Amino acid sequence: MKKFNCDIVVVGGGPGGSMASKYAALGGLDVIMIEKKAEIGAPLRCAEGVSKKWLAEIDVKPDPKWICADMAGATIRSPSGYTFQLDESKAGAEVGYVLERHLFDKALAEQAAAAGAKIMMRTGCTGVIRKDGKLVGIKARCMGDEIEIYAKCIVAADGFESQVARWAGIDTKLEAKDIDTCIQYRMTNIDIDPKYCEFVIGSEAPGGYIWIFPKGERIANVGIGVQVAKCKHGADPKYYLDKFIEKDERLKKGQILEIVGGGVSTCPGLDDSTADNLVIVGDAARIIDPITGGGIAHACRTGMYAGKVLTECAKKNDFSKNALKPYEKMWRDRMEDKLYRNWMAKERFASLSDDILDDLVKMMGDANIGEVNVHNLLKAVKEKYPQVVEGFEDLI
Amino acid sequence: MIVSYDKCLHCGCCVGSCPKNAIYLNDYVLEFNKDCNKCGRCVKLCPVAALTMERA
Repeated sequence: MKKFNCDIVVVGGGPGGSMASKYAALGGLDVIMIEKKAEIGAPLRCAEGVSKKWLAEIDVKPDPKWICADMAGATIRSPSGYTFQLDESKAGAEVGYVLERHLFDKALAEQAAAAGAKIMMRTGCTGVIRKDGKLVGIKARCMGDEIEIYAKCIVAADGFESQVARWAGIDTKLEAKDIDTCIQYRMTNIDIDPKYCEFVIGSEAPGGYIWIFPKGERIANVGIGVQVAKCKHGADPKYYLDKFIEKDERLKKGQILEIVGGGVSTCPGLDDSTADNLVIVGDAARIIDPITGGGIAHACRTGMYAGKVLTECAKKNDFSKNALKPYEKMWRDRMEDKLYRNWMAKERFASLSDDILDDLVKMMGDANIGEVNVHNLLKAVKEKYPQVVEGFEDLI
Repeated sequence: MIVSYDKCLHCGCCVGSCPKNAIYLNDYVLEFNKDCNKCGRCVKLCPVAALTMERA
């Protein structure tokens, strides 16, 4: 059996894995990043919508190569068809780009490679290796061959599947109410506004929402997330999405170019995102906005934090849970309050009737909201419908 | 578990949702291990109903 040695082994070549690899390699560490699939960034498992501001935070310059469409705003549509439009001038950080993930992910992996990280494709982690109880590496299948990669620390960046952490003894189990099951069509020949992302809320997508994210003039990612606790029929996401498309005048003549699926967690992140010789980043750590289901920015940030903290750990050759504490602190300081608040809000919104959602969307249109973001929207809701935010009003 | 590969999108939704960590997606093939306790969550949540429970 082939054996490899390195300082850091990163499992997963998505945005979180690439950022962790890049920053650990920039810190002078010997990094191997493995990717199970045959291509980085494909097949797609994502709606590709992101806000704009965070790219500066992770020091990545927007590149037309991987920006598919620049949004002027977003529209929220209520069950009875009331709409609330957020324009860029008001929407600030919440409006942004629709990406080409297959190119964006490769661009980040290129940066990791340029920093010195090695990348092994078609290499899927199948377990962890312990010696005297201590994590010392991973087992993997590389183009069909069993291999072992020994490292001082493992970065679990294996996305929603999140198996590496579980093999290492960390509980990443989710409750059915904290999972959305998703399906998305790339649809062409549709009559949509190419400058606005649309979100449709209510019982048409139980516990989740339907999205229309334009990728050009008559083309968009049209998808749905349904809360697993509310799934009833079997293939619920497909059932609800097909029903919606059939009824929608703009979409019903559309044709599908691509079908993708995926899972997304809607909880506030793991209680433990580190262990001795293990760091968990991005979706694998369940660090995703529970309201929007957006996780790209979170994965990039946590990946970057992990790479930087690992660099510091290497100086003392200490990758214990205690030495990795700064990682835990960095992401919690930056994101935890917001994740928790949006998790509470999601729980509440998922329980509201279509009538109340109609009222809320109407109210948003009337309310004088400064910069429109989730926080300010919740503030407006708090004023008119205090019962909706009962129990977490302190966070708003 | 019976997997219909005519339907499966290889999306990994069942893998990450499995309370027992009993499913492995080997790129294009789903492998169920002995930890599977047939709770049926994966059957219920698969976005395209690619999974069905084996009859006992």
